[in-house]
Amino acid sequence: MVFGKAFLAGISAAILLCGAVEAKTFRYSTTGDILGLDPHMNNEGPTNTMKSNVYGRLIHRLPDLSLEPDLATEWERLDDTTWRFKLREGVTFHNGNPFAANDVLYSFRRQAQETSDMGFALTSIEAINAIDDYTIEIKTKGPDPILLLNLPNFYIVDEEYMEENDAFEVIQAAGKINFANTNANGTGPFKVVEWVQDNKVVLEPFEGWWNQENRTDNVTRAEFTPIANDATRVAALLSGELDLIYPVPLQDIDRLNGDGNIEVLQGPELRTIFLGFDQHRDELLDMPGSGKNPFKDVRVRKAFAHAIDTSAIQRVVMRGASTPTGLMVAPGINGFQEDMNTPYAYDPEQAKALLAEAGYADGFTVTLDCPNDRYVNDEAICTAVIPMLQRVGIDVTLNAQTKSLHFNKIGEAEGNNTSFFMLGWTPGSFDSLNVLQNIMTVDGEGQGAWNCGRYTNAELEELTDQIAVTVDEAERNELIRKAFQIHQDEVGHVPLHQQALAWGIRTDTVESVIQRPFNDVDLRTVVMK
Amino acid sequence: MIAFIIQRLFQAVLVMLVVALISFSLFQFVGDPINNMLGVEATIEQREALRERLGLNAPIPVQFATWVGNAVQGELGKSYRMGKPVAELIAERLPATLELVALSAVIALIVGIPMGVYTGLHRESWLSKFFLAASLIGISIPTFLIGILLILIFGVWLGWLPTFGRQGLVDIGLWQTSFLSLKGWSHIIMPAVTLALFQLTLIMRLVRAEMLEVLRTDYIKFARARGLSNRAVHFGHALKNTLVPVITITGLQIGSLLAFSIITETVFQWPGMGLLIIQAISFVDIPIMSSYLVLIALFFVVINLIVDLLYYAVDPRLRIERTSSTGGA
Repeated sequence: MVFGKAFLAGISAAILLCGAVEAKTFRYSTTGDILGLDPHMNNEGPTNTMKSNVYGRLIHRLPDLSLEPDLATEWERLDDTTWRFKLREGVTFHNGNPFAANDVLYSFRRQAQETSDMGFALTSIEAINAIDDYTIEIKTKGPDPILLLNLPNFYIVDEEYMEENDAFEVIQAAGKINFANTNANGTGPFKVVEWVQDNKVVLEPFEGWWNQENRTDNVTRAEFTPIANDATRVAALLSGELDLIYPVPLQDIDRLNGDGNIEVLQGPELRTIFLGFDQHRDELLDMPGSGKNPFKDVRVRKAFAHAIDTSAIQRVVMRGASTPTGLMVAPGINGFQEDMNTPYAYDPEQAKALLAEAGYADGFTVTLDCPNDRYVNDEAICTAVIPMLQRVGIDVTLNAQTKSLHFNKIGEAEGNNTSFFMLGWTPGSFDSLNVLQNIMTVDGEGQGAWNCGRYTNAELEELTDQIAVTVDEAERNELIRKAFQIHQDEVGHVPLHQQALAWGIRTDTVESVIQRPFNDVDLRTVVMK
Repeated sequence: MIAFIIQRLFQAVLVMLVVALISFSLFQFVGDPINNMLGVEATIEQREALRERLGLNAPIPVQFATWVGNAVQGELGKSYRMGKPVAELIAERLPATLELVALSAVIALIVGIPMGVYTGLHRESWLSKFFLAASLIGISIPTFLIGILLILIFGVWLGWLPTFGRQGLVDIGLWQTSFLSLKGWSHIIMPAVTLALFQLTLIMRLVRAEMLEVLRTDYIKFARARGLSNRAVHFGHALKNTLVPVITITGLQIGSLLAFSIITETVFQWPGMGLLIIQAISFVDIPIMSSYLVLIALFFVVINLIVDLLYYAVDPRLRIERTSSTGGA
């Protein structure tokens, strides 16, 4: 009897204990592991998201892409090239060290190193100076209208901790393990408990987070598992071993929605998938000896644009999970022009007429370079485009290959060895200038990195240089509009669509989560049941 | 005997050098690691600098010679992804794969041999026919499909077993094992069965065929004539004489289990060598790829050596022949 009582008491104590620290473990999975924990080393979507769970930035980007103060509380522009930021006081890193201006200065020096892949976010910054412990001044090299948009990519590390561990250098696989890549110490809402490469990343909430009172998540432990195989990932969600997976393969969306405990969340992504043409060579690679490059003629490019049925691609190839587009940037990107976003009309007759007018009534032969493991259904899209072009007399050969080979072939590594190619692009700064500089222009330092067809237009080059230094928002938007108009009229590229995100969520364990258009999970938004 | 082993080891070195050379020349077609290591926003200068640091600008023969030179000294290079030593990465992953392969080999043997004996002895029974029919499925369905079917049945529908990963590990010194906890077993059983199924059916059919062969021989008839029990005849005499080919095949199959484990590990997200090489391939992590291939070649060579030695243990005739031939020389 006494034993029974003790036993009961034990049980009720256990129940109470459970109630007090109810474990809410959030388990999620995507295709690949993070590349590393060093905030300044890799520039890759899922890795950046993991970093932002762990590291603080001066400014945080909310799921709706708007900006909110993080380690900076307020900021003002003193003149065209000087910004003053007030830093948050009383913030500590995960190891207990206090945060102050010296950490920002140190992080800037570290992230601006040549070996840092994240350096792109800071290229416009000349120097950062500390006014006092909690005030800094950022000097830009010239007027920089999008400085604030780049700051969510500026990760703040702890100077003392990094120096203790001799981790200043950002080392990319140069024969030495980078301490910061396997150990993390940030000011963010989550701290890394364990990372077993290709196996799992385990995070726990950081109780000493500066914004702990306004915490929006209720996760007590988060486990991230990379699972490359689509079927395995879906099965693990169905069996309840995972709470969230992404991406859900398009063909499994209905199957998952049919399960009472699972919901598939869909929304547009920020990446725009497009086709481009070689507009640089005097003779097309596929037409040796002809001395001609048809793509130099705007009528031929227009013909291609009108021959491709973007809505058929959306319907058939993407099973409805895409948004056909007429612009090279997605809604939500700074400089997006709603009224210009209509895709080129599908009109094979007009395409034929344009080709005849340009002197290619009998068409010509061209190779389409396409990745087969980079974007959703990338190869299938290219395969669908071929018969569409055949209808207007263009004979297209498909060259689909793995991304690392594809990007080398069409990129600078092989001197843009392509005539006709597929590419997708998300501007890292969420601003149109990034697209203009990387994709639509060639003239200027660091410009045209992925302008694989070497498309160029004198006026557009000029506009881009202006946009880079125009600070007034309305004026700048007008310039972007003009630039996009030129590109659209000249068919510099043929935008196809923004692919859709598809996340599978277990509704019996997850109360709510916000799907960000950059296709990854910000743990701040996860609420468990 | 020792001369034989030395000769084999010498061959092994040659085999491994050839494997390394072939794999090295193939890697030129896998892609450029730089694209995977740097983001899209990296400049040409950054790309060139990294290429130089990794030694990718050197001609292939030079890269190969450097790699072999280091490998001979036990230095397998550093992974491009994390800068971790390849030897360390492989050591982390090796237990997972070895345990998986060992368990599947055991399953294949302890299920396959009795089934083979049974179907050999009772050719006409309905159970034999069922085993044979079922074994066709094991041979003809590809591994990944079996894995996915098992996941669907035991993981999703019945919910008895976890569908992926390797958990419930217990530390024993430097080795983390799945075999000491129930959770560990629940994770390893499905991948092991998936991997074992093909070998199991192969061993069963092999034992059956050998049994049928052996049971027709004279010494079995004499054994029966001497009035030995069925048990002694079947297991003491018949089964023992079927073992030489079974050992050969099992040995070779353990090699291919290691190789097949790539697929099984991908399906079950089993963090072993197979998953490591798949991830290395998609990342064009050349140091890992070359080390892996050479290591697998080493496994094959070692297994074959062991098989050769086992022959001596099992088959007395070989011992006699060998001694007489060396005696003659």
